[in-house]
Amino acid sequence: MSDSPEISETTVNAAVEAALEAIAAAADSSALKQVRTEHTGESSPLAKLNGMLRSVAPDQKAPLGKLVGQARGRVNAAFAAREQEIVEAENAAQLAAETVDVTALASRYRAGARHPLTLLQDRVSEIFTGMGWEIAEGPEVESEWFNFDALNFDADHPARAMQDTFFIDPPESHLVLRTHTSPVQVRSLLDRELPVYVLAPGRVYRTDEFDATHLPVFMQFEGLAVDKGLTMAHLKGTLDHFVKSIFGDEAKIRLRPSYFPFTEPSAELDFWHPTFKHGPRWIEWGGCGMINPNVLRAAGIDPDEYSGFAFGMGIERGLMLRNDVQDMREMVEGDVRFSQQFGMVV
Amino acid sequence: MRVPLSWLAEYVDLAPGSTTEDVHAALVKVGLEEEDVHAFDVTGPVVVGEVLEFVEEPQKNGKTIRWCQVRVAPDGELAADGGPAIHGVVCGADNFFVGDKVVVTLPGSVLPGPFPIAARKTYGHVSDGMIASTRELGLGDEHDGILRLSTLGVDAEVGTDAITLLGLDDAAVEINVTPDRGYAFSIRGVAREYSHATGVAFSDPAARQELETPIGDGYPVAIDDIAPIRGRQGASVFATRVVRGVDATRPTPPWMVSRLKLAGIRSISLLVDITNYVMLELGQPIHGYDLDSLTGGIVVRRAIAAETLETLDGQKRVLDREDLLITDGSGAIGLAGVMGGAHTEMSATTTNVLIEAANFDPVSIARTARRHKLPSEASRRFERGVDPRIAVASAARVAELMVTLAGGTADAVAGLVGEPEEPSAIRFPSGYVSALIGVDYTDDEIRGSLEEIGATIADSDGALLVTPPSWRPDLLDKSDLAEEVARIVGYDRIPSVLPVAPAGRGLTRSQRIRRTVADSLAAAGSTEILAFPFLGATDNDLYGSPVDGEVPAIKVANALDASAPYLRTTLIPGLIEAAKRNLARGLTDLSLFEVGLIFTPEAGKSYGQAELPSGVTLPTDEQLAELNTGIPPQPRHVGVLILGNAVPKQPGQPAVPSGIADALAAVTQIGLATGATIEVVQGSHKALHPGRTAELRIGDRSIGFAGELLPRLALDSDLPRVVAVVELDLDALLESTDVPFTAGVIGTLPAATQDLSLVVSVDAPAAAVGAAVREGAGSLLEDIRLVDDYRGPGLADGTKSLTFALRFRAPDRTLTAAEASEAKLAGSALAAERFGAHIRD
Repeated sequence: MSDSPEISETTVNAAVEAALEAIAAAADSSALKQVRTEHTGESSPLAKLNGMLRSVAPDQKAPLGKLVGQARGRVNAAFAAREQEIVEAENAAQLAAETVDVTALASRYRAGARHPLTLLQDRVSEIFTGMGWEIAEGPEVESEWFNFDALNFDADHPARAMQDTFFIDPPESHLVLRTHTSPVQVRSLLDRELPVYVLAPGRVYRTDEFDATHLPVFMQFEGLAVDKGLTMAHLKGTLDHFVKSIFGDEAKIRLRPSYFPFTEPSAELDFWHPTFKHGPRWIEWGGCGMINPNVLRAAGIDPDEYSGFAFGMGIERGLMLRNDVQDMREMVEGDVRFSQQFGMVV
Repeated sequence: MRVPLSWLAEYVDLAPGSTTEDVHAALVKVGLEEEDVHAFDVTGPVVVGEVLEFVEEPQKNGKTIRWCQVRVAPDGELAADGGPAIHGVVCGADNFFVGDKVVVTLPGSVLPGPFPIAARKTYGHVSDGMIASTRELGLGDEHDGILRLSTLGVDAEVGTDAITLLGLDDAAVEINVTPDRGYAFSIRGVAREYSHATGVAFSDPAARQELETPIGDGYPVAIDDIAPIRGRQGASVFATRVVRGVDATRPTPPWMVSRLKLAGIRSISLLVDITNYVMLELGQPIHGYDLDSLTGGIVVRRAIAAETLETLDGQKRVLDREDLLITDGSGAIGLAGVMGGAHTEMSATTTNVLIEAANFDPVSIARTARRHKLPSEASRRFERGVDPRIAVASAARVAELMVTLAGGTADAVAGLVGEPEEPSAIRFPSGYVSALIGVDYTDDEIRGSLEEIGATIADSDGALLVTPPSWRPDLLDKSDLAEEVARIVGYDRIPSVLPVAPAGRGLTRSQRIRRTVADSLAAAGSTEILAFPFLGATDNDLYGSPVDGEVPAIKVANALDASAPYLRTTLIPGLIEAAKRNLARGLTDLSLFEVGLIFTPEAGKSYGQAELPSGVTLPTDEQLAELNTGIPPQPRHVGVLILGNAVPKQPGQPAVPSGIADALAAVTQIGLATGATIEVVQGSHKALHPGRTAELRIGDRSIGFAGELLPRLALDSDLPRVVAVVELDLDALLESTDVPFTAGVIGTLPAATQDLSLVVSVDAPAAAVGAAVREGAGSLLEDIRLVDDYRGPGLADGTKSLTFALRFRAPDRTLTAAEASEAKLAGSALAAERFGAHIRD
């Protein structure tokens, strides 16, 4: 070790200069690692100078120790700074390399859709549950008693023949595919405690031709409220609220006298909207009225104590009016493009 | 009902210039809904012309035309088209003579079609207009030749506007008459409603003084109903009138032809036209008999077994004992209120006529019309109720028209058998209508409305006693009267008041969860469809049960499609149909689902019941129970069909074909949505791939299946070879989870993870091996997942190595590796016991 340099400002500075130069020259993290070994490792000049501190004269220990320590501090700080620069540059380079075309990525997601009719049915149900009504259901193969007799359709009345009924074989079984959701009215009145406020959405059947405006199988919703003191004004208020909820505040309704065996007085419901195709106008959308006292009697309710109203509308027609569907057949063909254009919102 | 405006105007003060739109708008307010408009669509100049001369000119095509000189304006005047008074016209018909008055459509006129008339060159002449036939004018079907006005009994000055002359300027509104309003099937009824709607005066055509007739010994008639239906006599009133010495060959006047035509009834002969005309005018169906063809007096009775009748339409009909008949000494001569018989009908040789104006029981007529599939203008009116008080006046109106138009004389007296039923008075408590409608009607409004519709009113303490008019048999209850008050005052008076329902409970659990199932399947990439539930027997038998055999199904008696008369017992065929349609339209990667009812009768059980309880009162509990047990089971199912690629080919992503795995993913989705634990076990189904079928179970109960269709079936249906399907009983699934879920404690201490590879027989179901490990490892095992199923070198034939990733955790301490290993070995030990599993070296 006799030819070892002495600890002096010259030798220390030389070692520091050499280290700083090497650090600045290191291009990446592996080069920097190499430089770190060479300039701060056990056999580096600075390490050797540091080792020599053990053998210097006691009175020189403090000044020389300070000299070497500061030198090591400068080198380490330079390392840290360079290391950060390199990491940042390398991170940036990696991110740049990872750039993709966000419009050309593989998707593992398949787009599905609810059927707009069931979505609209759900939406209608929500409006009524929001008012405290409940949703009632019933069978689609139904007894004629619920579908007709209890609803004041006399067996020989022309209204019964006008219903275009699908009968279940054998006809003596008096079973039919329900022609309307109205049998659920009777079931609700028999099963529930009064007062009753229910909405009955569901599928119904008529022997109609299958064309752009008729389906033999379609969806209706039936509203029923039976309580003390209900009036036709309440019917109007309910329908008013409903069409505004589903078509917007500009929608309005009008009642026209009509006839249904299960309501008296009866009315057709027309509603008006400024955005209808072919201009603002009145369009017919279902029937309604005050429940015929005979229907209440068939359900064991005293019509002098209770009154009520009922209404029924077709969901298909609602969808046609609201979303401008032109051909009803599209609703039942199952072409995925029909439902997918709506997605999950109607 | 079609109402010509000129006819309506006879009984109400129709404002001059009223259009069909105006009349529709008025009628809809009182509940007569707009249906259509009918008009002749002839516009002028169409005039009366006189054939001055013609030359017959044979043509090369074999036809002979007539080159006619027709006077279309009086001498010295210009014609209505501005042309000369004599026009040259080419005519193809040969049924006319010089001197005939005809209808000439001059250039500028338009016939229905539309068919514009212009001067045109034809057969070597310029034809300056056309001589019209009845059919060309839209008046009838006659096209054998041109219309000679003399055949209509009409003579008019040359140049007269023929549009007005023939009533071609009239138009009719068609309205939809609801089944309760039989009286609106008449001009009389509609005019009355028009007056209600507008306030203009109405004069009742049935109450004209001229129609009042003394009752005397008319033609002998007896009503002998030994089997009234529902206790009601088949005929309550039977009025007759005799007209003698008519000339049946006289033409029907054009005003009547045009009104009948607009009303939708073809002109047949003067006598028949008059009976139809009076029916339209008053609503009373009329039958006219050739008096001289009758044998003795008339008896109204029920048919006897096997009795027959040849009706006017030439059909020989075998009668039913419920059919009400008009008979004479020769037997049946008419199906009462439905259709007359052929042998006694009025004809061109008739000189004496017996007019029948009767009132028949609506139920009896409705049943007969349905039984013989013979809906007629008459039966339609009787079914809905005819005013029983206008029989004599109606017969008088027929007699009046016959005398005027066909000559002859009417007998001075009318015959009348029976007594019209008095309408019952209805108690109408004061305040009732206001309370029901929600409008504070004044007493004047209430009384005024009821009087306006023709009711008579008496006071009775605290109520009105209201007797409805004879033409309103539909008014039976105070609620019927309430409707009358509300509609006469106007529905627009009803305010809008939102009722407050008692607090509701929102959707039921089942409704909520069903919605979640549909939402989550859609969110997972499936598209909802709604198929018709009609199937053929083959589809039900194939997909409706996993095992061979006939699947009981409900049959529709009057199916629209004879090849699909059954209700579905499975959702799969509907999904297959939809898939085929999509494929045909070029959509090749599909995931479809449906949530809907299927119909599953039990084998050998019959549903429904022959006798229904009355609909008028509450049935007994037993009757209700019977009604409900008569309804066949209709469980709600969910079905899924997947084909093509689950993930399509994309940049850096090869296509991933779909298959049974996707079907099972849908099952997982449904399980999550319902909160049910669905067990998947190897299964079999006759329509599914024998090695790729999963049975889906809840506990011991099989609730459905998932798998791939038999490739042969898929290919036969023009589907790709691999089609994955799922069908699940959603109701059964919901029943299984009807308790709120109990939450576990979420451990926060560190987990220990280990893998376990077990060698088992290839027959051992991985899920069952995993379940054994889970059970054996006990509560420290937090999660187990199958990560590999290896078969091949290093393993004995017939074995496989299943590798599970295990995650252990204790709630109260950090687990040591030794504790985790111990639990793992306990799991492996149970798998060894059950499946002979050993840990792979």
